[in-house]
Amino acid sequence: MTPTDGLTREHGHELLLDMLRIRRMEERCAELYQKTKIRGFLHLYIGEEAVAVGAMRALTPDDAVVATYREHGHALIRGVSAEKIMAEMYGKQEGCSRGRGGSMHLYDAPTRFYGGNAIVGGGIPLAVGMALADKMQGRERVSACFFGDGAAAEGEFHESMNLAALWHLPVLFCCENNLYGMGTGIERAQSETRLALRAASYRMSAWDVDGMDVLAVEEATRRAAEAVRSGGGPHFLEFRTYRFRAHSMFDPELYRSKEEVAAWKERDPIELFRQRLRDAELLTDDEDAGLEALASDEVERAVAFAEAGTWEPVEDLERFVLSEPAPQREVAS
Amino acid sequence: MTVTTPDRPQVAPESATATTTYREAVREAIRAAMRADDRVFLMGEDVGRYGGCYAVSMGLLEEFGEERIRDTPLSESAFVGAGIGAAMAGMRPIVEIMTVNFSLLALDQILNTAATVLHMSGGLFNVPLVIRMATGGGRQLAAQHSHSLEGWYAHIPGLKVVAPGTVEDAGGMLAPALTDPDPVLIFENALLYNREGPAPDPERPVDLVHAAVRRPGRDVSLITYGGSLHKTLEAAEALEQSGISAEVIDLRVLRPLDTETVLASVAHTHRVVLIDEGWKTGSLAAEVIARIGERAFYDLDVPPARVCSAEVPLPYAKHLEEAALPSVERIVAAARKVVGGG
Ligand SMILES: Cc1ncc(C[n+]2csc(CCOP(=O)(O)OP(=O)(O)O)c2C)c(N)n1
Ligand SMILES: [Mg+2]
Repeated sequence: MTPTDGLTREHGHELLLDMLRIRRMEERCAELYQKTKIRGFLHLYIGEEAVAVGAMRALTPDDAVVATYREHGHALIRGVSAEKIMAEMYGKQEGCSRGRGGSMHLYDAPTRFYGGNAIVGGGIPLAVGMALADKMQGRERVSACFFGDGAAAEGEFHESMNLAALWHLPVLFCCENNLYGMGTGIERAQSETRLALRAASYRMSAWDVDGMDVLAVEEATRRAAEAVRSGGGPHFLEFRTYRFRAHSMFDPELYRSKEEVAAWKERDPIELFRQRLRDAELLTDDEDAGLEALASDEVERAVAFAEAGTWEPVEDLERFVLSEPAPQREVAS
Repeated sequence: MTVTTPDRPQVAPESATATTTYREAVREAIRAAMRADDRVFLMGEDVGRYGGCYAVSMGLLEEFGEERIRDTPLSESAFVGAGIGAAMAGMRPIVEIMTVNFSLLALDQILNTAATVLHMSGGLFNVPLVIRMATGGGRQLAAQHSHSLEGWYAHIPGLKVVAPGTVEDAGGMLAPALTDPDPVLIFENALLYNREGPAPDPERPVDLVHAAVRRPGRDVSLITYGGSLHKTLEAAEALEQSGISAEVIDLRVLRPLDTETVLASVAHTHRVVLIDEGWKTGSLAAEVIARIGERAFYDLDVPPARVCSAEVPLPYAKHLEEAALPSVERIVAAARKVVGGG
């Protein structure tokens, strides 16, 4: 565990709050799914919050983020409002993708949040291309790409690793190794399960990080992002984490034991960090309750916003298949 | 009235025997094929321990073990390519791709290898491979999980492409696909998995050749396949109420197309509406209409019509998705219009 020495009260509270924001929002999403307010596929990030929360802190507003269909937390911490995220999941036009994308396709231009990709591995080459553009235009930005352990079996993963390393591109690969791709355990899907080692074979700096320890995640990501930003070429972080909930809302979880899930829940990133803050006397009961209240209020505001949202007129169905002469939406530079 | 050619049963029988679901029919067909021939194995993402992403293969791992119910990594290009190789080397693989959307990661193997090897090798090597995949929209899964690309695949010489629309075909098409010497792609519309219907009858094997007249009629031919079949049958029901007798043709086999059954229908209805969940431009519906134009132009009393998906990536929001997909109302309206009651 990363020591809490030097951690300020404020910093600790921010990290805890951000993890709570994701957790409470997603718990609410699961309820709303049961109430059929949210439909389609819904993939919860519960258990993995420390990764997005720690990693996003190392990025600047200029950097780009590419994520997967399990991206509610990434979007939220990147700065997409809970209101816009929730409205998107409701399918309302006030949502960040006008209700056209849903849970798996959150997009946001001001925060350079480039999706929500539901094709496993599909976002990886995209991040490589963004990094290529930055390099060619002499911009010192990082393109951060989040993807799962399962994606490491796709050809696009390997092709992208090679290209990024070969061209020395400013990409930060953030692999969220939660040990399963849907129902297939990593040891049944990968011949070499140490994914950082595979990235290293493409001659880039790569190491693994305890993804349940938010401080470790933040520290590692800062180190890697700084290296990428200062011309050190692509870096690869393998975050060891675990998904507490089912893969999606339709998963009977026949492939893993209750004991295994329970053991990982003992390492709940939120509870671990909360306890450490308390042990270091950086968190009182009142402060803790205050953070919980902030997180719940945000969720309630988001739900109210989504409920009050409106449906995009059917006449607009064919808009944005191709670009319109005068763009209706802000476009990222 | 019915179009019949004596050697082929065309109207699905009102079988009094057991009913089952589309999902179970596919599962039982896999089970039967694997029991009958130990060269047959099933391979794909989460087909084993997870039980299949649509629960089609649930329980098969227990019966056949990990060698033959083979979970793969997320490597569509590699495991489809491996299926081709195994087929060429004497096995009879059934490769499952979770959905047609992900088949695009394997499109290179399907098109550049599976479909070409026989011809390119001067007839030396055939590829007796079966690829099954789910297709279609209507479940609010947005633009990377909802498209119907079977029409694209039907463009490719060297492949056979089938789209079982009934429970009977869902179960019955696998056996002939496995005995076919060439690659067969089976498209299972995901909305059909829970549908119930008469179970396949082993005494009455289905073929991979003919279209079927699912409902005889006089006034208009409604030609469709796969997930749109049931919407079309419902539309035909509704049309009947208003005195329009619609014949419903289920193409079943998208490549090679059974043009004769289509032409025979048009020859007596003189009016035609195509219903196709693919996008209109360059669709299978366009191909069918072109063939009617080439061979039966003067049989038509009015120009043909099409009900296809709107030309957009399918959206998540329910009302937009519904507006984008063929619906019973749109089929009825199109049929009324060609019949002249519109
Ligand atoms: C190309 C492709 N194949 C299959 C799927 C179906 N699928 C969606 S998520 C998933 C598991 C991916 O696992 P991983 O990359 O580890 O991410 P996690 O879900 O664990 O976050 C699968 C098989 C898909 N969306 N895209
Ligand atoms: Mg995973």
